Amino acid sequence: MIFIRAILWVVVLGLNIQNSFAELNIEITQGTESATPLAIVPFGSDSAPVNVSGVVNADLERSGYFKMMDERAMSNQPSTASAINFKEWQGLGQNYMVIGQVVSAGPGQYNVQFQLFDVYKSGQILGYKMSSSGADLRKTAHYISDLIFEKLTGKKGVFGGRIAYVTTNSQRVHQVQIADADGYNPLTVASSIEPLMSPAWSPDGKKLAYVSFERKTAAIYIQTLASGERVKVAEFPGINGAPAWSPDGTRLALTLSKDGSPDIYVLNLSSRALTKLSKSMAIDTEPSWSPDGSSIVFTSNRGGNPQIYVVSSQGGQEKRLTFSGGYNASASFSADGRSLVMVQGSGNNYRIAVMDMGTHAVNVLTSGPSDESPSFAPNGSMILYAAKKGSVGFLSAVSLDGKMQQKIVFNSGEVREPSWAP
Amino acid sequence: MKLNKTLLAFAISAVFLTACTDDEKDASLTDGSQNSASGINDASTNGLGNGSGINGSGLSGNGDYASTLGPEFNDPNNPLSKRTIYFMLDSSEVMPDFIPVINAHAQYLVANPTQKITLEGNTDERGAPEYNIALGEQRAKSVASMMKIQGVSESQVNVVSYGEEKPAAFGNDESAWEKNRRTEIVYLPK
Repeated sequence: MIFIRAILWVVVLGLNIQNSFAELNIEITQGTESATPLAIVPFGSDSAPVNVSGVVNADLERSGYFKMMDERAMSNQPSTASAINFKEWQGLGQNYMVIGQVVSAGPGQYNVQFQLFDVYKSGQILGYKMSSSGADLRKTAHYISDLIFEKLTGKKGVFGGRIAYVTTNSQRVHQVQIADADGYNPLTVASSIEPLMSPAWSPDGKKLAYVSFERKTAAIYIQTLASGERVKVAEFPGINGAPAWSPDGTRLALTLSKDGSPDIYVLNLSSRALTKLSKSMAIDTEPSWSPDGSSIVFTSNRGGNPQIYVVSSQGGQEKRLTFSGGYNASASFSADGRSLVMVQGSGNNYRIAVMDMGTHAVNVLTSGPSDESPSFAPNGSMILYAAKKGSVGFLSAVSLDGKMQQKIVFNSGEVREPSWAP
Repeated sequence: MKLNKTLLAFAISAVFLTACTDDEKDASLTDGSQNSASGINDASTNGLGNGSGINGSGLSGNGDYASTLGPEFNDPNNPLSKRTIYFMLDSSEVMPDFIPVINAHAQYLVANPTQKITLEGNTDERGAPEYNIALGEQRAKSVASMMKIQGVSESQVNVVSYGEEKPAAFGNDESAWEKNRRTEIVYLPK
């Protein structure tokens, strides 16, 4: 048995490594006309292993807020402030521009600096110098994107963030992975030939809860990302699904069917006390907390088809939230609590929609036909979701106004159930 | 980057050496029965991120135990040879065509009270994955309750839902979807 295990371990590690270096491509599938013109001048660089300005350009383009200038249209590419002729950049229709340099500072070390200019005021509005190892240059580039984004939009950037998702390859091996928000640096968190589902980030971003069928029955695990240590928190008879962390990280909302029909429960992670929240005889599932922790939205088919309901996280009266369309599911709040994103199904078309919690007006953001599992970026500007064209599953992101869309294509297998780290 | 290596090294892997084929179109050859009894043997080490899910004991060969139970399970004219119950979209109601199939299995189980089965509920790929887990469970439970009415004991029937996670047919059209909206009757080894 030990011999068999050793062989398997090698095989499994091989799989993990292979998948962890799977290449990703990002395509901008829909742009917007109203975006602010911004020029990222290619940074002056002496042999840095990462094209820092290229990463910054791709990040900011993906956000949907900016219309990036094609570098081929730049008649010159200054890397110092004194070399900029602002009149010329005004003539090129740019509102803002960024210049910078990546300079070697000893073996494997780099000094990175950048400056952001208002082209019409002809002045600097942001400037930073930082040092970075070669291995961290991509992270540094995302940090620069975050700084520029926040300066120009007033919203916190999410380019340095991470995402979790589930992949399935052609051998039907399922993996929970985490990666940078642009899909780079994927790492395998868990791997199984049985289904893995519903990865959910703890509010501090240090742990993932997920569902595993590795023992041929559903169980919910919480895994600490840094150490790989994991704890099984639910393995009741029937469904153990849809884990969702409370905003304070002390409780997990989940779906259990141990008493018959699937219901929403709240599990206290320190006392292990279990509180039943929903009590219908129908399907109740997919709990998600409001940002203040006071209420939980969930999907129920008690009215005949799946709709979104809300209940106090302490329990109490359950209230229906969605009334348009025959299929509303997978709801979750934006961090400010003002928007609720969900999947809206109509016939064979499943699309991502957002409800304004003030007016309850619903805005459909995507065109389908198989869009599911939406997850807000922490700053509320983008929504990540799983999409499918033909039989190829991929991740897609759409801006909150629906104007900007991009897709992240994984070259191996299908990818589903994305979740943006807090 | 140290973090990345740690994560890789500790990646929890529960890969079983099963003879699982990519093509699971033949519903009687589900991989669901392969490890049902013997694959669960490592609970004590679960929770340590050291590959605890891996075990070699799931090597039970061909998972189709039903076909070894008797010729009636392989005779296409006998309802016992049919072990997949199909459903309409977003429904867990058993259609009349499948009632004789469920009845035949129920009668076999009543006559063989030590025989156990797992009812595996499944859905097509459309809609929310966790909602589909719930829908799949309803499909499995519809079949279970019909069997129990006929005297099959609680202890003979295990129910699990895989939702949209284990398609029998791949594809994104109705011909694939209708093959995936199903409950599979999986006979367990005694």
